[in-house]
Amino acid sequence: MSEIAIQAEGVGKCYLVGHQDAERERYTALRDVMARGARNLARTTRDMLRGRPVVQGDSVEEFWALRDISFEIRQGDRVGIIGRNGAGKSTLLKVLSRITEPTRGQIKIRGRVASLLEVGTGFHPELSGRENVFLNGAILGMTRREIQRKFDEIVEFAEVEKFLDTPVKRYSSGMYVRLAFSVAAHLEPEILIVDEVLAVGDAQFQKKCLGKMEDVGKDGRTVIFVSHNMAAIRQLCSTAILLRGGQLLSQCDSESAVARYMEQGVERAGHKLWAQGLGTELKLLSVTLVDSSGEVKSNFTSHGDIHIVMRYRVESAVEGAQVAFVLSTVDGVAVLTSQDGDAPGASARKEPGEYSARATLPRDFLNEGDYFLSFACHVPMVRILYHEDNVLCFSVKNIDGVGGFVDDKRRGVTRPRLDWRTAVEPVRDCAVLNELAL
Amino acid sequence: MQTLVIEPGVAERHYWRDLWRYRELFFVLAWRDVAVRYKQTVIGVAWALIQPLLTMVVFTIIFGRVAKMPSEGTAPYALLVYAGLLPWYLFSGALTGAAGSLVGNASLISKVYFPRLIVPSAAVVVAFVDFLISFVILAVLMVIYSYPPSWQILTLPFFVLMAFLASIGPGLWITALNVKYRDFRYVIPFIVQFGLYVSPVGFSSGVVPEQWRLLYSINPVVGVIDGFRWAILGGESRLYLPGFFLSWVVIVFFLWLGVRQFRKMEKNFADLI
Repeated sequence: MSEIAIQAEGVGKCYLVGHQDAERERYTALRDVMARGARNLARTTRDMLRGRPVVQGDSVEEFWALRDISFEIRQGDRVGIIGRNGAGKSTLLKVLSRITEPTRGQIKIRGRVASLLEVGTGFHPELSGRENVFLNGAILGMTRREIQRKFDEIVEFAEVEKFLDTPVKRYSSGMYVRLAFSVAAHLEPEILIVDEVLAVGDAQFQKKCLGKMEDVGKDGRTVIFVSHNMAAIRQLCSTAILLRGGQLLSQCDSESAVARYMEQGVERAGHKLWAQGLGTELKLLSVTLVDSSGEVKSNFTSHGDIHIVMRYRVESAVEGAQVAFVLSTVDGVAVLTSQDGDAPGASARKEPGEYSARATLPRDFLNEGDYFLSFACHVPMVRILYHEDNVLCFSVKNIDGVGGFVDDKRRGVTRPRLDWRTAVEPVRDCAVLNELAL
Repeated sequence: MQTLVIEPGVAERHYWRDLWRYRELFFVLAWRDVAVRYKQTVIGVAWALIQPLLTMVVFTIIFGRVAKMPSEGTAPYALLVYAGLLPWYLFSGALTGAAGSLVGNASLISKVYFPRLIVPSAAVVVAFVDFLISFVILAVLMVIYSYPPSWQILTLPFFVLMAFLASIGPGLWITALNVKYRDFRYVIPFIVQFGLYVSPVGFSSGVVPEQWRLLYSINPVVGVIDGFRWAILGGESRLYLPGFFLSWVVIVFFLWLGVRQFRKMEKNFADLI
């Protein structure tokens, strides 16, 4: 059993939130504070004179961004932190990397921590690439000697050898990001904290980054990784911490944590109704999943059809509108997009009235797993009438589909019955085979 | 492997140890500030020469020729002015640098942990580099006026330190407040402009009537400038000791106030900035 790298006990972080226009400003100015103070004073005095209860303006409310978070992370673990916006991910990272102090609780960290909350923190546009490597390295906690030792490696990884003495403000954004990530990637901390940095750079470089981070993990170092990219979390992390509303919902293997994350706020009943309708001119009223017998459900078998029924009302005639849905996997990878205009002879003009549209996902098509449906209506290339992501979730089990009763896990999103034909080849002698090979 | 404990108030306890551990970052940030200052400027370093030189010419004409203020002993008036300008630019440069440093490094503060005290301290170094450059002019002036320095010039580092301490106290105080109330950035240009005339830069503090001299020395820069003149002009300038000590008291008080305010607000910088 490896040692514990990070142990958090009852960590809480409280911010004071004032209910005043000032909250919208990026900073408080003394002028505003004084003006508001004078205003409040005037109001409270007036209230007092009129004999009304005095309400203190500028009410200050406590907002707990993190509440009683406890977890343990072992050395060499690669842990993902997931949660919706505002769940407290960034605050947790900030507390872990000591940028801000927790209000309550305690965290014990064994080993040197390097946090990468942003690519290229402290990069100065006027300085050259070479100078910035030293600057950024020092900011991330490397000593000068360490940077000198790894300098060539860093430059090689970033692929910017030719531009080392050019100010980074003249770099393309790709070069900039590559150099910045490269410095960070060559940190050798025992614990690496990474926030969403992979959202930058082209696909190839992202792959390289992910690979680098996997290497870091394999060296027995601990990686904490925050991302909205579920595929990256599943690929990179062994376990994951799921946060919601500042609280720790679960700490389990990344597979199930991602599944739980995706299900948050998603209807599993196989039915979703909008009382007011979704959209304006064309309103989506409800979406329902039914099987061939007409039963509403969210658990399907791969040998049965899945019908997606969308009811909508057209308030005023719309030209060229398409009612569409997107089917995606748990990782957020889109499987397909389909729309009513795909049907042969479909009319593009929607006349006022209520409609019910039904699309069918055929049997022997989807593999086992969970799927998500997003719904949208758009006039292609012109505008979007309504759009909502991950409205319904359903799962597919293989009971009597392709592969039969045998419990064989197959890779892939789809599991279609392909047209296999196998025939016996007539026996040829070796000479003919050689001739063919030539 | 060392264990780090994060809990409320822990940064407080390891404060000075942490500061020592991050000394390398201090040098890098100071080097960055200096390097950036002279990037993309045509005449570069010459800026550090032009400003005090021109100010000296103007002050010498106005205070020396037009107002006919007395110099100290036989020292040429230009030298007297320059010996006052050197500490003044050191002080005002360090103060301005320190005061704007936190907000100027906002992205750093909200993304990386390090003892925040490093930022204003590193910003002060730029003023020191400028000081060294403009010191060259002093040497040239001394040659021109054939005014050799006496042994007292050796005490100059002590007064340089005094100028730093005088600037860093208010600098820390203002930069910390500036994080929360951005109004304070308007205070600095005002102090610098005002101070240039209130402090004995263009004239000798000897012209201040005797009974007001102690009161005048509440301005800590008075002590610094007097010290500089005493060190540079040699025996011609006499140090007014009660005032000098009062300046020290004020400097230490502001230093204490600045560090205290800074440390009190430091924990919340990342949340406020």
